[in-house]
Amino acid sequence: MYLRDLITLTSSSFLTYRMRSFLTGLGIAIGIAAVILLTSIGEGLHQFVLKEFSQFGTNIISVQPGKTQTQGGNVGIFGSARPLTLQDADALRRLPYVEYVIPGLMGNAEVRFEGRTRRTMVLGEGRDFGKAFTMKVQSGSFWTDADDEQARAQTVIGSKIQQELFGETNPLGQYLRIGGQRYRVVGVMESKGQVLGMDMDDAVFIPAARAMELLNRPGLMEVNVSYRADIEADVLIRLIKNRLIEVHGREDFTIISQEQALEVLSSVLGILTFAVGALGAISLLVGAVGILTIMTMAVTERTAEIGLLRALGALEQQVLVLFLGEAMMLSALGGGLGLLLGIGIAQGLHLLVPALPVHTPWLFAALAELTAVTIGLAAGVIPAMRAAKLDPVEALRAE
Amino acid sequence: MIELQKVCRTFTVGDQKVAALRDIDLSFGAGEYISIMGPSGSGKSTMLNMLGLLDRPSSGTYLLDGGNVTDLNDEQLARVRREKIGFVFQSFHLVPRLTAAQNVELPMILAGIPVDERRSRVQELMRNYGLSERADHRPDQLSGGQRQRVAIARATVMKPTVLLADEPTGNLDQATGWEVLKLLEGLLEQDITLVVVTHDAEIGARASRQIHMLDGRILSDEQQTK
Repeated sequence: MYLRDLITLTSSSFLTYRMRSFLTGLGIAIGIAAVILLTSIGEGLHQFVLKEFSQFGTNIISVQPGKTQTQGGNVGIFGSARPLTLQDADALRRLPYVEYVIPGLMGNAEVRFEGRTRRTMVLGEGRDFGKAFTMKVQSGSFWTDADDEQARAQTVIGSKIQQELFGETNPLGQYLRIGGQRYRVVGVMESKGQVLGMDMDDAVFIPAARAMELLNRPGLMEVNVSYRADIEADVLIRLIKNRLIEVHGREDFTIISQEQALEVLSSVLGILTFAVGALGAISLLVGAVGILTIMTMAVTERTAEIGLLRALGALEQQVLVLFLGEAMMLSALGGGLGLLLGIGIAQGLHLLVPALPVHTPWLFAALAELTAVTIGLAAGVIPAMRAAKLDPVEALRAE
Repeated sequence: MIELQKVCRTFTVGDQKVAALRDIDLSFGAGEYISIMGPSGSGKSTMLNMLGLLDRPSSGTYLLDGGNVTDLNDEQLARVRREKIGFVFQSFHLVPRLTAAQNVELPMILAGIPVDERRSRVQELMRNYGLSERADHRPDQLSGGQRQRVAIARATVMKPTVLLADEPTGNLDQATGWEVLKLLEGLLEQDITLVVVTHDAEIGARASRQIHMLDGRILSDEQQTK
């Protein structure tokens, strides 16, 4: 039997039972659409988050207080371990290959200018913040006080703070009250927008020493070290580790390189995408049951026809292939429809909510279609075997 | 051409054994016209299935074209059926989803015959049977007589040695029935062995050899000379 004939014969039954075939295919289509839609969103998020993460720059190693014993969050950020200090930051600044060291911590405070107040994010940073990270100062500059400990009360404000509090007034040289203390505005940041859900424009940057005092914190949340691009992260990690152990006497800190962070993040997001896709796969299972049902019905309805085919000299194997082919074709068509639906809905969502990133990798689409066909094959096996094993004499008698 | 030697067929119904065929000895030659008659339960349907290789004898031997087909496996039987046996049924057994032409083509599709050859053979047969204009119609758009003609075209498209017709006129009015019978009888000129199973004595009487069956045995086997 030629493939072309197989297609003619199997498609003849779709054309006859249009509604029924459509509904059965729809079961698979919904499953595939769900998988495609969810993985598209998952993959979109994946790429989005990776982009967000790396937009600060990649040659950065972050040191956080407290030792992480296992994978996962580091409790040191929130408190009890021995803090990282500005002296630690100074010690790291003297290491070779290091370009900038930026001590950092963050919190919330009220900022006020001429009767207008706003609650905003306060970022305690070092003077080299604008150089180390890929964030630009639009006007003015960061403070230049060489001694982090003695830095004067100066601030660089985000673009949103400028709009909301200063309006038309040129903020440079003005005094802004942050948590009750007066800060002279020395710079305005370029608009950066949201980064991982934090609005970097709705923030003020002040010297880290001042931030510790303002936020009433014993130490830094992190020290970011930027290093020369031609140096391996591992080299720097070893240097930083040795130096800090020298200072602290033991390893009570955690070093995270951007590379590692991206790797971990990437794998977490990969698992997320997979899990979400697996969720969608449950609806595929339901679709498979639909195919099983319809094929079982088809075998019963066409018993006489199967008898006839056998009388005309069809081999058991040919009957098997005919019914398997029909099940596969049903699911392949359903799968195709599902692909269109899934990609369509994903793109539609993206149009409606531009903030929601979607991305459908071709590999996923191909795998989804392959899955659909495999499901059809699996669901078709039992009915098709039953059809092939029918006794021709008995089958012919069925009317 | 066809030879049955001491063929028996027993069925097990519940815990009882029922003999549908008992020690049948028969032989048919090429171009012979045979009718098998008998009341229901006489074993004539089992005989037809046996001749058509749809059923296997419980004991005995079946020789077809000189070859022993008793011990062939299912796949081999299917191939022999495909090449040498044509079936015509009372209820036509056309595939409702396929056109008349596709129904006729079906045995050749199963046999894997190339498309060009298939097309010309189908066209030739449809023309011979006056079905050319109906080629693209589906069975439900055809009259009973046309349906049976399509079925006969399908049964002969592989040029079988034996044509087995089971009450071929049972679902047709008398006039159409005669036409169909004439068509079947016309095949005898091509040296096809025609076996018609019927309980209609008038139809059975047309055959040159008439076999009467009762209780799984051959009651009489008469050769008529015209």
